[in-house]
Amino acid sequence: MEWTPIWLSLKLAAITTLILLIIGIPLAYWLSRRSSLFKVIIEAILTMPLVLPPSVLGFYLLLSFSPNSALGSWLLHYFNLSLVFSFEGLVVASVIYSLPFMISPVKSALIHLPASLAEASYTMGKSRMTTFYRVLLPNIKSSLWTATVLTFAHTLGEFGVVLMIGGKLEGITKVASIAIYDAVDNNQYKEANQYSLVLFAITFVIVILVFIFNRNSARGPLE
Amino acid sequence: MITVKINKKIKTYKGNSQLIVNAVFPPGSVTKIYGPSGAGKTTFLKIIAGLITPEQGMIKSTEDFWLDTDTNINWKPQQRRVGFVFQDFALFPNMTVIEHLKYATDDQELINRLLVIGKMESFTGHRPRHLSGGQQQRLAILRALALKPALLLMDEAFSALDDELRESLVTGIKILLKEFGTTTIIVSHHVQETASFANRELKIELE
Repeated sequence: MEWTPIWLSLKLAAITTLILLIIGIPLAYWLSRRSSLFKVIIEAILTMPLVLPPSVLGFYLLLSFSPNSALGSWLLHYFNLSLVFSFEGLVVASVIYSLPFMISPVKSALIHLPASLAEASYTMGKSRMTTFYRVLLPNIKSSLWTATVLTFAHTLGEFGVVLMIGGKLEGITKVASIAIYDAVDNNQYKEANQYSLVLFAITFVIVILVFIFNRNSARGPLE
Repeated sequence: MITVKINKKIKTYKGNSQLIVNAVFPPGSVTKIYGPSGAGKTTFLKIIAGLITPEQGMIKSTEDFWLDTDTNINWKPQQRRVGFVFQDFALFPNMTVIEHLKYATDDQELINRLLVIGKMESFTGHRPRHLSGGQQQRLAILRALALKPALLLMDEAFSALDDELRESLVTGIKILLKEFGTTTIIVSHHVQETASFANRELKIELE
């Protein structure tokens, strides 16, 4: 068994989760505040990857990233960046694909915090930013963990989108889930089983860690 | 001196009503606000704090206009910086007693005085979930006082305290309020609760 696909999967999941922590949390905060039709539309767009078949999403991303498209040719021309059949492309696709898994638990947790927490902080002269980092975020810690784990695990198990955008280039885009498919396709069941067992073990350890971390929380870690 | 003239639409089970208040609160006074449930007492406090904006109104604190809907002046809660004791205490579950007070002020001497007044010296490392209802309410009051506010707004702030504890707390609070020159507005349902604290009354009713 080659370890490169496992390593690629872990690298992809880690980078995607990190990016989504940076952009997903402020986005969830923005969405959790007063609702408007504009926000409803944005949220619907951001939630689409949750319900769209991954191959559909992958197909449209493939078209968008292709050098023949406006976006693809712009990226190639100005940044010398081709997102099709590259690791960078997988990262961008994974960020889009896993976005709802980061946003949804964080937004839900922020909405359920009593409004008086932020109000108390504001009356004490604290800015929105200070209130967010010192009061709101620390009080949704278990939901943050849930969002992080869901995002990581979801990216780790990605298949359809990754196959569409990246194909199965050895050491570049052939992640573990594709290696499993490839092995089965070539009748190498032993190898497929080894990859599957490793993915199973990694995911199981992550979920166990979250349960241990959140054991004192009133809610279960995946609620 | 706090001058308040406000007009705010409020939805009730009977339909739409108007919260109309015209009042002046002299410096250093303690005014008890009373009125039927749902009359808008909490809304009134939140309007003064800048957490709710009325359709029409003016709030003036000494020389500063905090709100004037005619000239589009509307200071943020951060600028008004009132002490606010929330009905649900609004304590931060992630912070200990001492962290709550440090979040409000850097003045360690004041923090020590507040802990003594609130009889909370033994609980400085406790988070809200490990405090009783009365201790939580005391902490909410101490946190508001830690700001040395010019205006203190208290929403049912003594409801979880027994008579003896409340009276000893009121004695300590009064000394601080006098020292800070704080004007206080307290919403309360019970006559007994504010008998030794408030020196003025204002009834709020919907129109």
